Amino acid sequence: MKFLAVCSSGLGSSFMIHMNIDKVLKELGVTGVDVDHTDVGAVARGDADAFFVGRDLEEATNTLDNVVVLNSIIDLGELRTKVREQLEAKGIAIPEGDAA
Amino acid sequence: MTAVLDVFLDIFRQPSIIVALISLVGLSVQRKNFSDVLKGTVRTLVGFLVLAAGAGVVVGALNPFGEMFQQAFNVQGVVPNNEAIVGQVLLDYGSAAALIFFFGMIINVALAATTRFKYIYLSGHVAFYIAAMIAVILGVAGFDTWAVVLWGSLAQGLYMTMSPALVQPFMRKVTGSDDVAIGHTGSAGIALSGLIATITRSKKSPSKSTEDLVFPKGLGFLRDTTVIVALSMGVIYVIVAIFAGPSYVESELSDGQGYILYALMQAATFSAGVFVILAGVRVVLAEIVPAFRGISERLVKNAKPALDVPIVFTFAPNAVLIGFLASFVGGIVGMLVMIFAGTAIIVPGVVAHFMTGAASGVIGNAAGGRRGAVLGAFANGIAITFLPLLLLPVLGAVGFSNSTFSDADYGIVGLFLGGLSNGGGQIAVIVGIIASLIAVYIASFALRGREARLVAAASAENTESVTAK
Repeated sequence: MKFLAVCSSGLGSSFMIHMNIDKVLKELGVTGVDVDHTDVGAVARGDADAFFVGRDLEEATNTLDNVVVLNSIIDLGELRTKVREQLEAKGIAIPEGDAA
Repeated sequence: MTAVLDVFLDIFRQPSIIVALISLVGLSVQRKNFSDVLKGTVRTLVGFLVLAAGAGVVVGALNPFGEMFQQAFNVQGVVPNNEAIVGQVLLDYGSAAALIFFFGMIINVALAATTRFKYIYLSGHVAFYIAAMIAVILGVAGFDTWAVVLWGSLAQGLYMTMSPALVQPFMRKVTGSDDVAIGHTGSAGIALSGLIATITRSKKSPSKSTEDLVFPKGLGFLRDTTVIVALSMGVIYVIVAIFAGPSYVESELSDGQGYILYALMQAATFSAGVFVILAGVRVVLAEIVPAFRGISERLVKNAKPALDVPIVFTFAPNAVLIGFLASFVGGIVGMLVMIFAGTAIIVPGVVAHFMTGAASGVIGNAAGGRRGAVLGAFANGIAITFLPLLLLPVLGAVGFSNSTFSDADYGIVGLFLGGLSNGGGQIAVIVGIIASLIAVYIASFALRGREARLVAAASAENTESVTAK
């Protein structure tokens, strides 16, 4: 299982989303999910099971499948919901349940 | 004994090893297990060498550009591109830059913990570039290596703490909260945009928000750094090659290859070099930034993360495009002025105008609607055209390699330190840095007084309204 955060340079925003996904996964007590970040130019279909991008990159990433579009890339609550959705869709057990 | 010392000196002169050691510290602080520490340290070492290799590619593509430009217009033409110049700088000043970057983070945490400026600068890539610039300027000023690192780290920490503070008054208008800040080297230009937008705002007929406009889709390719760098450099290279003339290009540079094809290939090679440098920077930062964030979260109460500019893009997507266009127009106007003035010519760099222009547009829109977005971003475009020009002589040896730093903050910090160094040598630089440090504490103290008064006024108001009821 791999999540990939994507932004235009693959340095700043995507790295922040990457660290926030790590944080959310830790909160939820989920292990075994690989998280990384990269830039729009280098990313290709099949690089990951889900791609996380900001709203402004929706169009630039329409060649990928399973893109998770974030309305606000700094909203931890939104990210938490969407990460949880992805985990559930992939059938990964969330040990912490609703504890977080 | 001297033999052992020589070996040590040899090791510490290798920037890749210094960066790897910093990673080692970062990973150990995060209490990673042995395998992760080893993996991260070696990855950083290799990542730095990748970065250096990318720098070689970029320089290889930039040299013929400089020669063609010289031949065509008889003046120096410079394309500001952070990755390109940082790659070159790190070949000579890499160790000092890496240490300034590392200790600058520690100073940033210390300042955030002890002042009212609670900003933790998390955009590692641009912080790394600023560190590289500071290393060059102090190196050119003739400081010993240890002094470059000492004073450089202080300057770096001050920069990382204060740059977000500059934009924050406008940032609050964008996000509607005080929780996040912008951490980017375009901040001075972005703050200028906010200021211009506020000044030009009209009370009688307030300009509408950019987000009421309906914008055509299809500019999505602008988000892809690799594509946009290759395309824009392609246009610039071909224009310059045409002016230089096929006979010059084909006899002197391309070894007989058709001049248009040669220009396009060099532009694509430039983009390839930037791609490689970015890949290297990504690997280098991956191990260091999480450690910094972990430490600062524990040590600084109410810390506000200062993040890369795209965090504001989602707040006003139309302002992003308007800001980019207005800023780019500013860059072209600036270039025309330089052509008439006969100075070296700063060719507008599309990446810089996109990143900082877009953010200027969003900030300008929040402060003064459409008019604010256009005028503010235009001012940013002018600023990031003339500041790099002024920065050229300051950067000394590397300033004349057809590339320079692109965003506004490099100009501000560079001219401050470089001006001090030219005016009064090393003593002036040291005095300037210490004076800035004192100024930050005084400003912090003044803020505390103001906040206290505000709180008092607010509570007085509350009691009044309660009694009025």
